[in-house]
Amino acid sequence: MREQILSIIEKNSRIDLKELAIILGVEEVDIVNEMEQMEKEGIICGYHTLIDWEKTNVEKVNALIEVRVTPQRGHGFDNIAERIYKYPEVHAVYLISGGYDLLVSLEGKSLKEVSNFVSDKLSTLDTVLSTATHFILKKYKEHGTVLGKKEVDERIQVTP
Amino acid sequence: MRNPLSETIVGIKPSGIRKFFDIVSEMNDPDVISLGVGEPDFETPWHIRDEGIYSLEKGRTFYTSNSGLMELREEICKYLKRRYDMTYDHRHEVLITVGGSEAIDIALRAMVNPGDEVLIPQPSYVSYEPCAILAGAKPVIIELKHENQFRLTAEELEAAITDKTKILVLPFPNNPTGAIMERADLEAIAKVIEKHDLFVISDEIYSELCYTENHVSIVNIPGMQERTILINGFSKSYAMTGWRLGYACGPEPIIAQMTKIHQFCIMCAPTTSQYAAVDALKNGDEDVANMREAYNQRRRFLVHAFKEMGLECFEPFGAFYIFPCIKEFGMTSDEFANRFLAEEKVAVVPGNSFGDSGEGFIRISYAYSLERLKLAIARLERFVERLRAEQKK
Repeated sequence: MREQILSIIEKNSRIDLKELAIILGVEEVDIVNEMEQMEKEGIICGYHTLIDWEKTNVEKVNALIEVRVTPQRGHGFDNIAERIYKYPEVHAVYLISGGYDLLVSLEGKSLKEVSNFVSDKLSTLDTVLSTATHFILKKYKEHGTVLGKKEVDERIQVTP
Repeated sequence: MRNPLSETIVGIKPSGIRKFFDIVSEMNDPDVISLGVGEPDFETPWHIRDEGIYSLEKGRTFYTSNSGLMELREEICKYLKRRYDMTYDHRHEVLITVGGSEAIDIALRAMVNPGDEVLIPQPSYVSYEPCAILAGAKPVIIELKHENQFRLTAEELEAAITDKTKILVLPFPNNPTGAIMERADLEAIAKVIEKHDLFVISDEIYSELCYTENHVSIVNIPGMQERTILINGFSKSYAMTGWRLGYACGPEPIIAQMTKIHQFCIMCAPTTSQYAAVDALKNGDEDVANMREAYNQRRRFLVHAFKEMGLECFEPFGAFYIFPCIKEFGMTSDEFANRFLAEEKVAVVPGNSFGDSGEGFIRISYAYSLERLKLAIARLERFVERLRAEQKK
């Protein structure tokens, strides 16, 4: 049941729990218990909303930054990752295989704010060897959802 | 001038669905929610489409062999073994067709002689009866019953058989009722089929959409494979309706004659679709499972909603249709569907479009998103309440 709940709420966290119980063919109380348990276990980490900020008047700049670092004895990359993710403007931090170590997703109000963060805060950290900043120009798809396109039902309305 | 038309074809009445479609399209109203569609709402999974595109890029734009690509026939046999434990020889016992529809047509044409009787359980898909007529056979309708959950019973079958009966069409999982036949049901009718030496055309196009347990085919019943033409395809399971691709499997002598008709009428099924279908069978099991799960969630939602409404309805275990009874309102299916469309702007298909025994029922398709279904069901609730209030007066 867990996997089924997760796959549904991953796409629609606002779904009514009674309805969720109906479509999965289980009791509502079981859904409630299961979800509470998954929250406790840290499987469900939050219920967020996917927003296309482009369509609002709010200015936002997003960037992906490749960071090469020197891993620390005994801690590997964890300490440095923690140093970086504590900044509120950092959206996501991933340890990456390949040509660099950490991928940092950043959100700022302007180009300047993002570049200041990179030059003043990120690159000055002791263990950071180099950074490469990629500004996001347009988001086509996020969280499995195509942005800005409305789906049209192209089927003939009545067919056998 | 002489009459240019064939009496046979003129004698066949047009599909009732067509009539209803005309009413809906004439309304041309963006507020209309249609629940009348008989095809998946999902687009074909991207990797399958990609393979079709790739085949075009590579210049695979020629005919294939009449029977279809060898690789596709092999994959079909592997798939039938893997999913349903059936064994077919891909060289002689499989024919790739233009959708399941062509397979139905040519199976009948390959097997009947003038005057042979073809048993057609109804409610069912609209093409069996006209195809039987066009093949020169006499269609004999078996009226399936709500109290049997629209399954075919051995008694009903036995009662319809005459010394002219040759073929039984077996349309399960069923469009429009959502009925399935379980192993015990099939075993019971298999005895009758054997006793009267009948052949079976088993249309299993919805085989992947069974919600309680894995689909069981008449082919799985001992002694039945040698007297059965199995029809299946890619339209429903892989959401590939527009690709027009199906197949028939069966005993070599019948497949050989079907291939002859196919060769003269069609040449071969669309090449692009065949290449895409190879990928569907190789890499599509997960897509099928995901779509089945989505349909099943909608199915549960509808069954629950009808219970709440107090609308009589048996629980459908297959396909993507639910077939509620509307007899309590004292209207025909046509009247109900027309009023529902006019007053609440929801299109459903009158049950009698699928045979007289569908009178008193409507077909609701759940090949729609839950959001759309919710909207439509809210309108249905309102409509049902109004009708009940009218009746009290």
